[in-house]
Amino acid sequence: MSGPEDRRPEEASAQARALAVEGEITEADRQTPTTLQRVQRLLHRYPWLAPLAFLAVMLLIFSFGNERFLTPFNASLIVQQVMFVGTLAIGQTIIILTAGIDLSVGAIAVFVSVIMGKLSADFGVPGVGALLVGFMFGTAAGLLNGVLITRLRLPPFIVTLGTLSIFFALNLFVSASTTIDGRDMDPIMTWTGTRIDVPFIETAVPISSFLMLGMFAIMWYVLKYTSWGRHIYATGDDPEASRLIGIKVDRVLLAVYGVAGFIYAVGGWFLLGRLGAASPQAGQDANLDSITAVVIGGTSLFGGRGTVIGTLLGAIIVGVARNGLAISQFTIGEVSIKFDPLWQGFTIGVLVIVFVALDQWVRRVSS
Amino acid sequence: MTAVVPDTDIRPVLQAKGLVKNYGRVVALDHANLELYPGEVLGVIGDNGAGKSTLIKCFSGAVIPNSGEIYINDELVNLHSPGDSQAAGIETVYQTLAVCPALDIGTNLFLGRERLKPGFLGKYLRMLDLGGMREAARTEMSDLGLLTIQDMGQAVETLSGGQRQGVAVARAAAFGQRVIIMDEPTAALGVKESAKVLQLIRDVRDRGIPVILISHNMPHVFDVADRIHIHRLGRRVAVVTPESHSMADAVAIMTGALESDQTEEEMSRPKLSKDSLSHVGHIAEGPMTSSRPRA
Repeated sequence: MSGPEDRRPEEASAQARALAVEGEITEADRQTPTTLQRVQRLLHRYPWLAPLAFLAVMLLIFSFGNERFLTPFNASLIVQQVMFVGTLAIGQTIIILTAGIDLSVGAIAVFVSVIMGKLSADFGVPGVGALLVGFMFGTAAGLLNGVLITRLRLPPFIVTLGTLSIFFALNLFVSASTTIDGRDMDPIMTWTGTRIDVPFIETAVPISSFLMLGMFAIMWYVLKYTSWGRHIYATGDDPEASRLIGIKVDRVLLAVYGVAGFIYAVGGWFLLGRLGAASPQAGQDANLDSITAVVIGGTSLFGGRGTVIGTLLGAIIVGVARNGLAISQFTIGEVSIKFDPLWQGFTIGVLVIVFVALDQWVRRVSS
Repeated sequence: MTAVVPDTDIRPVLQAKGLVKNYGRVVALDHANLELYPGEVLGVIGDNGAGKSTLIKCFSGAVIPNSGEIYINDELVNLHSPGDSQAAGIETVYQTLAVCPALDIGTNLFLGRERLKPGFLGKYLRMLDLGGMREAARTEMSDLGLLTIQDMGQAVETLSGGQRQGVAVARAAAFGQRVIIMDEPTAALGVKESAKVLQLIRDVRDRGIPVILISHNMPHVFDVADRIHIHRLGRRVAVVTPESHSMADAVAIMTGALESDQTEEEMSRPKLSKDSLSHVGHIAEGPMTSSRPRA
């Protein structure tokens, strides 16, 4: 048996070390980024910066459009409008973080509000009992989505498109397409619509708006500071890698859809308070509006990237854009511009496309 | 190495006995054996389809063999999932690296094994010790000479290929209590980065953790491996050392051009280091020509 001729390990090893050191230097040399690259990296690291900056610009522009725009009263109006979609968007955020999507969000929330209202008004179920049944139903509906996605390996888009139809049909069936008056229900059903005075700004804001902010805070904590939160990001970022690392990916997905379903149910409860009734026809735009809020807030539709704070900003941006366009009037010379309500939908559409394009650009960042 | 005992007393850290795995009619493993001894780098080479990937996946818990046994420190183990394997102290650096690009280095290192803050925050609020994990990540990276990366909060996707490999290796080194498996760690890397990864493999071995290195790259295997397990048609056909055989010989055995006449008993023997040789006074087959620097 012959020994290897031209192998001198010591030398090879020394060479390897030298080469490694050299490699570091060239890498360091390459790092002289342009301003555009700096912006790209900054947005990459802090995805909520873009929506925050955009919101600031929008507030500035609309403040010239109407002197009442930047008043506490108008702010409280915007907060009320944002409340329902914002709550649903919390659940939508964790689903989109796993690279999924939920089209059934509005249908589940509205169906839950109808179930809660009907149990309380027509069947005389005590308020807390009706609430609990509603929460359990919302969670079960979310889990159904999760089971179909993880067990049958169906794409979330298709599953939730199906359950959207199913829950909406059931909702019309159960309610017989009629609205249930909140005054026939236990007071706790519409309690979240109660307005409470906010000190200093002398405006009343419904309880549900505060509860929504509380839910945002809790989800922010969960995503940032708990293992489950980290696993949601990992699962959305690279499910195969997550599996190899030992994360039980299917369990994470199932839990995410279940928790999202629970959040939608809470949103349904808030809706009862806001409308003062259980309306089976309400919340039709909530599906797309919740996705819009998440996307504008800097969360990537490809998963693994985004924050719930961004979603809150996204929801506020949608609310501010609608409100601002509705009440603004700009006068340039002799021309006075007011905006027809149809421009609201137009603007939201443009925002979605712009922010998704921005996300695509930011994702291309590399050293 | 510290072995001052006769070679018969050196027990394998990881041992596979008669592993069989079929995919339908395809026999990926045909009574495959493998021994990994303390303090060594075991190269595993074989042609495409020889079954070396399947063999390795049996250790990392990604494949469950139809029959056969796996022992860790002479103890029979069942590895039915990547989690089982990790719990048994086996860490794998996959060819795909299995890192999450959007997450930062610290998070990636501790993914699936996060540390909680002590006290109330950790116990009742399940709060992660993010700072502590980043600090530990920094220590681990610096131990492996990878501290060119300053910021443990940096996303992995902003790193170069070699640096990402470094993160995957650091994770394995941090948690690999008994064995580290590396599947084609240099396949996607350039010359400089490959050299760095080979150095990492030596460093890990020198920290006392034996390494299994699967690679197609013969010079890399011959550079770092102490023993080389040659896999062919689903089983081990020879175990050679860089001193006993040339690369050409190894390739010939691998492709079947050269028949090896080693018995199973010969193949399962540990290689004796210089130290143990001088103590035991027993010369392994082939001349000992190299003394690799052990940093």
